[in-house]
Amino acid sequence: MNEIDIKKEIQKDRRAFIKNVLSGAIAGSLLVVIPAGAALDERLPEQIPGMRGDKSTFTKKRFAFVVDVTACIGCGSCCVADKNEYNVPDGNYRTWVERYVIDDHDGVFVDSPNGGLDGYTKPRTDIPHPVRDTFFVPKLCNMCEKPSCVQVCPVGATYKTEDGFTLVDQKRCVGCGYCIQACPYSVRFLNPVTRTAEKCTWCYHRVRKGLLPACVNVCPVHARKFGDLNDKNSEVYKILREPHVISVLKPGMGNQPALHYLGLRREVV
Amino acid sequence: MNAAAHGETLAAVSNYVFPNDLHVHWSLMIVLYPYITGLVAGAFIVSSLYHVFHIKSLKPVARFSLLFALAFLICATWPLLNHLGHPERAMSMMLTPNPTSAMAGFGYIYSAYFIVLLLEILFIFRPVVVELGKTATGFKKRLYGILSIGSDNVSVKALKLDHKIIAFLAAIGIPMACVLHGYVGFIFGGIKANPLWATPLMPLIFLLSACVSGIAGIIFSYILIMKVSGRKIDVDCVQTLIQFLWGFFILDFVFEMLELFSHFYMATHHWHTLEALYSGPLFNTFWVYQVGIFSVIPFFLLMIMSLIRFKDSLLLFFAPIVSVMILLQVLLMRWNVVVGGQLMSKSERGATTFHPMWFEKEGLLPAIIIMIAPVVILWFIGKVLPFWMDKDSAEAA
Repeated sequence: MNEIDIKKEIQKDRRAFIKNVLSGAIAGSLLVVIPAGAALDERLPEQIPGMRGDKSTFTKKRFAFVVDVTACIGCGSCCVADKNEYNVPDGNYRTWVERYVIDDHDGVFVDSPNGGLDGYTKPRTDIPHPVRDTFFVPKLCNMCEKPSCVQVCPVGATYKTEDGFTLVDQKRCVGCGYCIQACPYSVRFLNPVTRTAEKCTWCYHRVRKGLLPACVNVCPVHARKFGDLNDKNSEVYKILREPHVISVLKPGMGNQPALHYLGLRREVV
Repeated sequence: MNAAAHGETLAAVSNYVFPNDLHVHWSLMIVLYPYITGLVAGAFIVSSLYHVFHIKSLKPVARFSLLFALAFLICATWPLLNHLGHPERAMSMMLTPNPTSAMAGFGYIYSAYFIVLLLEILFIFRPVVVELGKTATGFKKRLYGILSIGSDNVSVKALKLDHKIIAFLAAIGIPMACVLHGYVGFIFGGIKANPLWATPLMPLIFLLSACVSGIAGIIFSYILIMKVSGRKIDVDCVQTLIQFLWGFFILDFVFEMLELFSHFYMATHHWHTLEALYSGPLFNTFWVYQVGIFSVIPFFLLMIMSLIRFKDSLLLFFAPIVSVMILLQVLLMRWNVVVGGQLMSKSERGATTFHPMWFEKEGLLPAIIIMIAPVVILWFIGKVLPFWMDKDSAEAA
């Protein structure tokens, strides 16, 4: 009796399994045929609270990006995610991760082979003295309050949205490279395929749909944080409000970045 | 713990260049752009020294230098267009400019200057054009008809009016030439992210080096064309040009050195980067060539030539040599500023390298073609508008 029951159950399961696979395959192939981007996005849980309900052209949110230098393990997942998200041509970097090694003679050794895309799997072997400290620093667009790139663009192809994102209009960019010269952080490059300037956008297209930037999404140690400073419950709001060691890069440039570093070391430029 | 004890954060043991800084984005084309506009501005100054400041001994080259300026001005945008990723969108800079961009003004300044230069040439050459139009036939006759701006009136009264217009155009042309090149300097000087460029002296240095290169260009081409065409060289004119060249070069060289000395003396954290640049990747092109060979030697040569009246043959031997040296000095200066500025990474910890290739889009070959083009254009202009006046027509004009 028991045996039969089990057999029946297995058969039931099998049937259900085949049913599920078939319906999944059909649904999947339909998704390929029918463009259903919005539906797909909304199937994912909202990652930025209140973004989905906000239908205005520009949100009233004030976004900030926080990189926790003390957390980053230099795995390069963020760089891989970024390269995949934007099909970034080899040798150009919308984001990268730097490795800092400080020896006990205060020598500072920095490198970022292939922008950290391959992760830092091997230690440096050219450090002459015992290492006293080492850490990783992810870099990306600083989304300045006063962006130099926007100031110098001769045709207004680089512009700042009302919700604080500095973006590039690839249909307007003349490819003069002035913005590349003007950016104090060297986050820009000339895309050899489109022949226009390109840089990190903090994944504006994802943010608009309530999703976190691709690099934030994949970071396994939560070193990259993104959120709304107007939302008092957001992690970035709390970090920037609490008494942490927080700095921005090259504050003397006067660009007032919206990219903040938690636990930033003075060796970092 | 010495370095740490003094808050030294930049013990740059490793040569670290930001990944996006490995590639030099502004290369030969952007070296040529200020070089060509500099030649234009300088040549115009030579012409104005005669037309506005009445330096009579410069009369033989006063007309030629305007045509020289025109030929180079026609080509000034070529390196820019070749450099742009999307040259087909270049006109957006003039049609929908971004008012805060230093670069967006170039189209307007360039066009305005082009119009003034063209008008001045047309008015200066009008009597000659009318004269030539009388004997010409066919296409040339029609061309001269257009160039005479539709008036063949060469009466004393008409020429007097012409002279007034010429004086006015030359007068507004001087500040415009200064703006044209001072502005080119500002395109670099306004970039705070680059410590080599970001100095208020940059427009001044660019302007002075422009004057220097223009005068040198006129001396060299004047002597060359005269020698080749077997005409008599006006030694007085060459002597005066040499004196002006020395005068402008004193200012140019002194300010170039002052700019560097200011960085050294103030010794901000930027000096750390600049020092590494000047003692490293730029050591040869800056110290050895630009300063050592092509500044110091011409400086003393010009001084001696200005203070001691050489024998004619000796003057005409040294004048072209010193002019070519000055032309190379200015080209080196453009290279050291434009390329040199990009060699140091904004990481403040290292420098990249740059070696121009022959056959790439912005390589040596296109650069050479762009530098030859104005010479060819000048030759064509010379077929229509005579560079030099024979005695009779000179007096008539």
